[in-house]
Amino acid sequence: MNIIAKVGPGQLVGCYLREARYEFMRLARTPAFVLPTLLFPAFFYLLFGVVLSRGVTSVDAGRYLLATYGVFGIMGASLFGFGVSVAIERERGFLTFKRALPMPAGAYLFAKLIMAMGFAAIISIMLATLAASVAGVSLAPWQWLALFVVNVFGTMPFCAIGFWIGTMASGSAAPAVVNLIYLPMAFLSGLWLPLKVLPDVISRFAPIWPSYQLSQIALGVVGGGTGGSPVVHVLVLLAMTALFFTLAQRRLAASGRLPGP
Amino acid sequence: MADRSTHVLAELRGACKRYGKQQALAGIDLQLHAGEVLAVLGPNGAGKSTAIGLLLGLVTIDEGEVSLFGQSPNNLAARRKVGVMLQQAGIPENCKVRELLEVTRGYYAEPRTIADCVALAGLEGLLGRNYGGLSGGQQRRVQFALALCGRPQLLFLDEPTTGLDVEARQALWRAIRELVGQGCSVLLTTHYLEEAEALADRVAVINNGRLVAEGSVEEIRARVAHKRIRCRTRLNADQIGAWPHVLAASVAAGRIEIVADMAEPVIRRLLAEDTELAELEVQRAGLSEAFIELTREAA
Repeated sequence: MNIIAKVGPGQLVGCYLREARYEFMRLARTPAFVLPTLLFPAFFYLLFGVVLSRGVTSVDAGRYLLATYGVFGIMGASLFGFGVSVAIERERGFLTFKRALPMPAGAYLFAKLIMAMGFAAIISIMLATLAASVAGVSLAPWQWLALFVVNVFGTMPFCAIGFWIGTMASGSAAPAVVNLIYLPMAFLSGLWLPLKVLPDVISRFAPIWPSYQLSQIALGVVGGGTGGSPVVHVLVLLAMTALFFTLAQRRLAASGRLPGP
Repeated sequence: MADRSTHVLAELRGACKRYGKQQALAGIDLQLHAGEVLAVLGPNGAGKSTAIGLLLGLVTIDEGEVSLFGQSPNNLAARRKVGVMLQQAGIPENCKVRELLEVTRGYYAEPRTIADCVALAGLEGLLGRNYGGLSGGQQRRVQFALALCGRPQLLFLDEPTTGLDVEARQALWRAIRELVGQGCSVLLTTHYLEEAEALADRVAVINNGRLVAEGSVEEIRARVAHKRIRCRTRLNADQIGAWPHVLAASVAAGRIEIVADMAEPVIRRLLAEDTELAELEVQRAGLSEAFIELTREAA
């Protein structure tokens, strides 16, 4: 064969998109992932934001928890969807198989990021619908939109952390490791209960958690944050994303060629 | 044939690879030429999969050189000419067969159509199924389809028929022959000699990370066209080992086992030197014994 067959830019984009679409569809067909990922944030929001806060401050609680349960929800989608699947696929040899194929650099990780963002978008819309209908939260159009954007792009640091866990934990241990990080971090960042009502030491250390950083941006959008600059929070989150992504890539590099960019 | 000697598709030169204390490859030279089917034979742990891993860039080389279509195996353009079937693909169970094929085809410049893949690999009726719901043989066929879907010039098949029943194995052999007929070269690892005999132009036997023998199936067989002589005797194995035509002599289960390139003179002398010799048995070594012999010599 003397024909020099090249893969053009259009075909490359096609590779990335197809990989992402099928990754999303694959997890969407997995009830063990979909049900907790989508239902827990909605259920907790209804329980704590609506049912248990009937009273004077119900609208405030509805707003606060709309922001924080959004962060809680997208953390779950990212840590489980990204981290656990990398751990399983690494352990079972699928990652090796993918690396043997001429998959474009980065398509594997891109697909998982887009999958997490897709679930984050669904969680965001579900919570917004519940907030607007049942909890009586009313926000300006830009606030609804900003919250959606924060939730979707807020997946990045948690995907990086998930990726890092996925390069270290075995497939069977990964869900436990994720839970060990996910649930305490959510609590210590004030996602379930406002930091105001928690012991002082917890709020003093809260800024070290990426979930705190992201929740402050989300709370800033709905008018309930501590008033810190969102730019600083964004920079901290970007730094955390880069750190964990680099750690994960190093772990993988130690076992051969990188699948990433 | 002239083209064959000049056109090397994949090559290892003096390849060494060590995992901790274990030397997986100890300086292997291996060449795969255009248009040929090369079978790499060896027992488990011989280094076959490591050799494939090096050629695909999955494993980094410690010493020596590796090239794929004249380039580093990390080069995407080189790997686009290659189809891969690994021993373990680890494909997630909730993947649909059609999705797997579409994603994998998409990596290649001029992939086969889905219909061609289905016909070549025998996937009729499986496209809409979840990979996890397929039988072992069906999963193997899907993996084979993923290997050929990119219209590769070179196929790496790492123990493609392990765990398949006879019928499924022969069906896969037919499919591999069809691809070879279309001009595809194949590097195949196996520990089934029949598989090498059925498919390969050339055989490379490796053991303990070294190349033990290399040649056509006939050459390999001829190289070890030994006779195996067993008997019960009071003669000493070390003495017999020094006789002409005797290649090896050892004691196994109370009997002496002799490998000789010619049986008759050895037997004549055995009978002459030990009149009480008993349970004499002579066998012609088959390819599988030849293979055992080759790997044992190297050990």
